[in-house]
Amino acid sequence: MSRTRRVLAPYLLILPGGLWLLLFFVVPMVTMLSLSLQQGDVVSGYVFTGHWQTYVDAFGNYRTQMVRSLIYGAITTIVLIVLAFPVAYWIAFYGGRRKPTYLFLLLLPFFVSFVLRTISWRQILTDEGMLLGPLKDIGLLPDGFHILGTPTAVIGGLVYNFLPFMVLPVYVALERIDPRVVEAARDLYADPATAFRKVIFPLALPGVFAGVLMTFVPASSDYVNSAVLGSSSTTMIGQVIQSQYLVSSNYPTASALSFTLMGVLLAGVFLYARMLGTEDVMKVAAR
Amino acid sequence: MKRLTGERTLYLYTWLIIAWLTLPVLIMIAFGFNDTPGRYNQTWEGLTLKWYGRVFELDELTKALVISLIVALVTAVVAGALGTGIGYALGRYAFRGSGTLNLIMFATMSSPELVMGASLLTLFVSLGAGLGVVTITIAHIMFSISFVAVVVRARVLTLDRSIEEAAADLGASPWTTFWRITFPIILPAVSAGMMLAFALSIDDFVVSNFTAGTTTTFPLWIWGATRVGLPPQVNVMGTLIFLVGVLIAVVSSVRARPSRRG
Repeated sequence: MSRTRRVLAPYLLILPGGLWLLLFFVVPMVTMLSLSLQQGDVVSGYVFTGHWQTYVDAFGNYRTQMVRSLIYGAITTIVLIVLAFPVAYWIAFYGGRRKPTYLFLLLLPFFVSFVLRTISWRQILTDEGMLLGPLKDIGLLPDGFHILGTPTAVIGGLVYNFLPFMVLPVYVALERIDPRVVEAARDLYADPATAFRKVIFPLALPGVFAGVLMTFVPASSDYVNSAVLGSSSTTMIGQVIQSQYLVSSNYPTASALSFTLMGVLLAGVFLYARMLGTEDVMKVAAR
Repeated sequence: MKRLTGERTLYLYTWLIIAWLTLPVLIMIAFGFNDTPGRYNQTWEGLTLKWYGRVFELDELTKALVISLIVALVTAVVAGALGTGIGYALGRYAFRGSGTLNLIMFATMSSPELVMGASLLTLFVSLGAGLGVVTITIAHIMFSISFVAVVVRARVLTLDRSIEEAAADLGASPWTTFWRITFPIILPAVSAGMMLAFALSIDDFVVSNFTAGTTTTFPLWIWGATRVGLPPQVNVMGTLIFLVGVLIAVVSSVRARPSRRG
């Protein structure tokens, strides 16, 4: 009796949560895949026709936005690695007893809603606002200068919003490095740059990978930053999908675009994992 | 000497990044004290406390905040319970299907929010379900479960099983052992997971945007009002949420820290 209970116990424990994930994550994905291959409209209903042409048309019509989103996502991720690494490095090696305090300060903005923070940036960056206004008054910038509406504003917003997601995993990886390993490299006559390149950076790579995973996907599919800080020339695929769903109610096209986006992003992540060539980065990321 | 300057540069750089991250938050807080005559809250007009007295003046905004709080509370409780079940099972037992479960959890945590929101919308539309508070809550619970499970699993994995065996040896039933021994030990992880779920839910915009229909949560209301300008009440509410969040985080981290005395 006790033995059956032992075998059944884990299944009983996962049943409610597992069922929830099945019903509201797996089933919706399947529904969306099916809907992307159906034809019809909201009023008269949809019929499954296996109409692959929707994918071809959707991709053809919105290729610019799709490619732009991936480029913005990639630039954001690269800028994030460059900006976040020194911070993570300094906290991990020189933070001392204050490490938790520094990490807490980095996470502080998260106590304010994502949408509100992005709108706050718009207020800072407006053409005659608190940042550009004074600079224009003293003649440092030409009167016609603007940041809002440019790719710089959108990518800047993305970098801003996702920075902690890059700092934290890189920090965790760097924190685990035994300082004696670095000392050993120095004792063996590696100069600081070589010690960094050959010892510290390779050991930090799993952290960088986890950071890329946590930032590239959400940054590429974001639509808040491009809507609040951008213009019609910076429209990202997320905005297209959002308006196809919520404004035009064009479900098959919207579903096809969502699937294409997810497929492309997953392919990108796996390609990147392959490039790094290790199985354990995947495990670290999954942890 | 050279190493010292490098360290100094990194130190200043870290503070510069922290300042950059905090700047919009400070601006938001400051403009909650702005003596602006009306809804237009873009330029500084002088210091006032009046918006703190008139914070609940806009009925729609207050309603949105209340909805956000209710959804976050229900999400924390339900996702806390369901996620704890999964986290405990994964940390304690080796069973068939745990790989698939891990994969699904990983997928929910790494899928674009946009795609999750969109797929839920397609499901609700196909079922003809009306969108509103219930669909928002269902969605929030869905994306929170995995985070709770991961936090709880980490704690269960470090659990010393000999304590439970000792309880069993002393004649405690598995049920008693769980509630009197195991649960108190994993409780900090469960409450951390619930707080995480609460935070994820109250800040969520993307998934809510797809599953809300005409209902508005706090972030959705802000989004809708962006074009006409945000009233100072939003800044005040944002500031209060910020302060409560920081307070809870500080208190719980101080309590979690082992006492240095003695």
